[in-house]
Amino acid sequence: MIAEVLTPLLPGVPLLLGLVGLILKPGDGGPRKAAAFLGIAGAALALLIAIVLVVVVDAPVQVGMEWVRFGDLTVSLSFSLGPAALYVALAVCVVALCVQIYSVGYLHDDPRYAPYAAQVALFTGAMLLVVSANDLVLLLVGWEVMGACSYLLIGHDRRLPEAPAAAVKAFVVTRVGDVGFLLGIVWLAVDARTFRIDGLLADPGVHTAAMLLILAGVAGKSAQFPLHTWLPDAMAGPTPISALIHAATMVAAGVFVVFRLFPLFAASQVTLAVLGVMASVTLLLGALAATAQDDLKRVLAWSTVSQLGYMTGALAVGSPAAALFHLLTHAAFKALLFLAAGAIIHAVGTNFMSRMGGLRTHMPVTFVAFVVGLGALAGVPPLAGFWTKENVLVAAAHATEGGGPAPAWVGWMVWVAGLLGVAITAWYATRLLLRTFFGHVRSRTEEWFVGFDDARYEVPPGPAHDPPGVMRWPLIVLAVPAVLLGFAAFLPGFRSALELESPHLGVSIVAPLLLLVVGAGSSWWLWHTAPGVDPAQALGRLRPLFAAGFHLDQVQDLLVVRPVRALAGAVRLLDEKVVDAAVEGTGTTTTRLGDVLAGAHRAALPRAAVAVLGGALLLGVLAAIVGVAG
Amino acid sequence: MIGQVLLVAVLALPAAGALVTALLPERTARITATVFAALTLIVAASSWSSQDVSWLWVPRLGINFHLGVDGISYPLVVLTALLTVLCCAYTVWKVPEGGSGRTLSALILVLEVGILGTFLALDLVLFFVFFEVVLLPMYAVIAGWGGPNRRAAARKFVLYTLAGSVLLLLGVFTVVAAAGTSDMSLLAHGGGLSRTTQCVAFTLFALAFAVKAPLWPLHTWLPAAHTEAPTVGSVLLAGVMLKMGTYGLIRIGIGVTPEGAYWASWVLGAFAVAAIVAGSLICLRQTELKRLIAYSSVGHMGFVLLGIATQTTAGVQAALIGNVAHGIITGLLFFLAGAIKDRAHTGDLADLGGLRETAPRLAGLVGFACIASLGLPGLAGFWGEAFAVFAALERGWTTFAVVAAIGGALTALYFMRLLRKLTHGPATPALTGIPAITRTEWLAWSPLIVLTLAVGLVPALVLTPALDSLALIGALR
Repeated sequence: MIAEVLTPLLPGVPLLLGLVGLILKPGDGGPRKAAAFLGIAGAALALLIAIVLVVVVDAPVQVGMEWVRFGDLTVSLSFSLGPAALYVALAVCVVALCVQIYSVGYLHDDPRYAPYAAQVALFTGAMLLVVSANDLVLLLVGWEVMGACSYLLIGHDRRLPEAPAAAVKAFVVTRVGDVGFLLGIVWLAVDARTFRIDGLLADPGVHTAAMLLILAGVAGKSAQFPLHTWLPDAMAGPTPISALIHAATMVAAGVFVVFRLFPLFAASQVTLAVLGVMASVTLLLGALAATAQDDLKRVLAWSTVSQLGYMTGALAVGSPAAALFHLLTHAAFKALLFLAAGAIIHAVGTNFMSRMGGLRTHMPVTFVAFVVGLGALAGVPPLAGFWTKENVLVAAAHATEGGGPAPAWVGWMVWVAGLLGVAITAWYATRLLLRTFFGHVRSRTEEWFVGFDDARYEVPPGPAHDPPGVMRWPLIVLAVPAVLLGFAAFLPGFRSALELESPHLGVSIVAPLLLLVVGAGSSWWLWHTAPGVDPAQALGRLRPLFAAGFHLDQVQDLLVVRPVRALAGAVRLLDEKVVDAAVEGTGTTTTRLGDVLAGAHRAALPRAAVAVLGGALLLGVLAAIVGVAG
Repeated sequence: MIGQVLLVAVLALPAAGALVTALLPERTARITATVFAALTLIVAASSWSSQDVSWLWVPRLGINFHLGVDGISYPLVVLTALLTVLCCAYTVWKVPEGGSGRTLSALILVLEVGILGTFLALDLVLFFVFFEVVLLPMYAVIAGWGGPNRRAAARKFVLYTLAGSVLLLLGVFTVVAAAGTSDMSLLAHGGGLSRTTQCVAFTLFALAFAVKAPLWPLHTWLPAAHTEAPTVGSVLLAGVMLKMGTYGLIRIGIGVTPEGAYWASWVLGAFAVAAIVAGSLICLRQTELKRLIAYSSVGHMGFVLLGIATQTTAGVQAALIGNVAHGIITGLLFFLAGAIKDRAHTGDLADLGGLRETAPRLAGLVGFACIASLGLPGLAGFWGEAFAVFAALERGWTTFAVVAAIGGALTALYFMRLLRKLTHGPATPALTGIPAITRTEWLAWSPLIVLTLAVGLVPALVLTPALDSLALIGALR
């Protein structure tokens, strides 16, 4: 009973408090305390509800009512929370609460804090709606509200000229994917005559076209190639927002939706093969692009792209459990990394690693947070990422034998890409750690504060220091799951919730561990032989290519943006010069004809008399003919 | 009985109000007009499920004074009454340059009579009469209180829509001559008209209503009229007058000539989809605030027409809620655009920017309205668009559904472009030091804001009454 009441409240509370928060006075001198209270209360209450649900619930909760009827098809306002979804909800709430608390410190001098906090609350609520929805239309509500919130939050910073463009890009690119998502949902409903997810899963027929369309939406939200281009630019958002988008909301939504609808995806090999190709490309593309970035946040952004490739790869090889487990640990360590990156930016006033260095002694807490986060990212045992990445690789290795839902070649592809990814990840993680925390402190120059300096605080002179408590505690809290969450695989309750297999460390761990050592070692060796020089120099001519993300932005510009712009110009011209000109032309022609006729009527007396007499004669003759005929 | 009185009062009240208003002194007149409009709203809201009124009018031609309200017309009746109140209240506070506020208020009430009459009429000839009543007051509003090019715009508007009306008149008499009656309740389900008659009549109706809706490429009167019209004129024009076209298509096109509608549905669907894409693409290249919003109506009404064209229950439902949602959201957008233009004294997007720096609340509202207009799920605009796509797929029009959905993404693109230009970045001189939102403005806008959210969250508000009525007019596949 209590679960039935609490389930709709889980997304409902943060959404409602977010809406209330939007009413607060925006702009300079807004009520900071009330805004912070509403934001933190929303996340905390949602967390509380999630914890109660985890404790109380043993069977999936379902609750719902009719929302509206279109023809004979019902759209329902129905919620459903299975045990796996509950863990995702829990992760969302923890990260959201950390972000809300952290933001109080991070945006302490931001005059537009009030709408920011409200939008974060809406964002959280929307993600929880995606997690708990049992109806595709309801899920779409959460899905799109999240897109709108990401737009608002990425464009939040008024000091960055690139922020509005990045925000528009994030919204529009994901919206392009959502064309497919909407069509896919609608197509499914037309076929299956229901929008309810439990109804669809009860009879998972083959809907290849619809599922491929839904994949387009997933690619947009979860930043899969070729719709990943918005994610690195989204770094223009304040750093806590990056943590929120990259860890628990937005990018996680796509993976979660595939997880939720997995039986439908698994029914079609084509869909899984497409997903597998997308995943492998995304994984390697993200990892390679991360190697050459100088912007700290961009390294992390590209690493998210790459890690999302692991998750979708696990889905493609038929192991949704491994994907979800990696999603959970990734949520922990990526939120930790971003919040820690925020602490650095807060302290040194720049995003560029070329202007950092030697921060280890001055910022011990942040340093530890980074070591833990990067270790988990690279998959160093026994940190969280090690276990989950191992899971993904084992699942891919299994799939190479065939017999699963996915073709064997997909298994091979994901497995090879995953292994290569381990080495590259270790390489750039090591590079990031060395460049930021080791070596010498670099002196400040005039051009210090340029680039993605979303936190351009007046940094006091003197050495950098760890952030204040309100920003430090979220780091410490998040470090705990980043270290320990992997061990949850040993808990039978957790395993059965995710339908995860029990972990067994066999020969399969040798290859990834070896690659890890190779990657990290080579990066360290480059750093060691030439101290102070960026290890990315070793990339040579590939470096600008990687740094620019393989120039896919330009490709996108050339193939999509310009043609659309040209087409729009052409249609506008057509509208003005043809359609409207025809209308105007009709008007002028009529007026001219009128002028001509009017001119004909303005005749001098003799001609007019002739005309009248002629007319009379004509009529008379006509009358006579008609009379004779009659 | 009481229901019949209410139904007549819905038309009599604003008519009487217009007379009284025209006789009173300036400021009192504007307040009186608002009071009459408010009374009309109350009566209109309580007219739900009242019995039909039917008096003999021209018995020898079978023409009756037949009024009635059902689930299809009720939401539009209430929306019309509501927008009229808001416009009258807005006029109390601010009279646009060009003429007296008294005359403007009286004209708004006359407009209301015509629009409400169109939605309530259940007789073809009566429908036509009310349809025409609207034209001249709107002409006067644009020509009297509009912008610098108001005369040309008003002339274009009135001539273009009159041309449409001629076709409507022809259609009406085609049907009346063939059937011997003009009563829509007798004509429902085709009323025994032959297939050929239905096809001819529907073609005439469709063209007439396509001008009003407007359907691309018969839309070119709209941008000019909107750009030049005063704020209240734009709000009424976009909010409810365009709906007379789509409402007519449902009530008369599908109701009276279903065979003809089915025969032509494919063509109508194709034009609707073309309208969605063309409207969005043109919007991408607009440089004037009000003109952009006007063109956005072309795209949105394309979705409504697509829903109608499918002739499925879901499609027509989508059209109905799309109608109402567009009325609410675009009404709000025109109010906001008017407020910005009044403050900045320009509507050129090149001169507008950084609104969120100088007027964060106004910027927030513009953002809300734009996001609602691009069809964000959870707000009113979503249902009509998504389910028009659904209906198209259900009907088997895969290509139309795909193109319409792409049009939806383009809609997002141009609204994002608008927001980026208007609200982000550093404040331009035109928007520096502008006054905050006044209390009257809040009063006029807040019902629309609340309704945008309410219809989005509880679409059943609009759709549940409609479902039974749609079964009655029948003829849906």
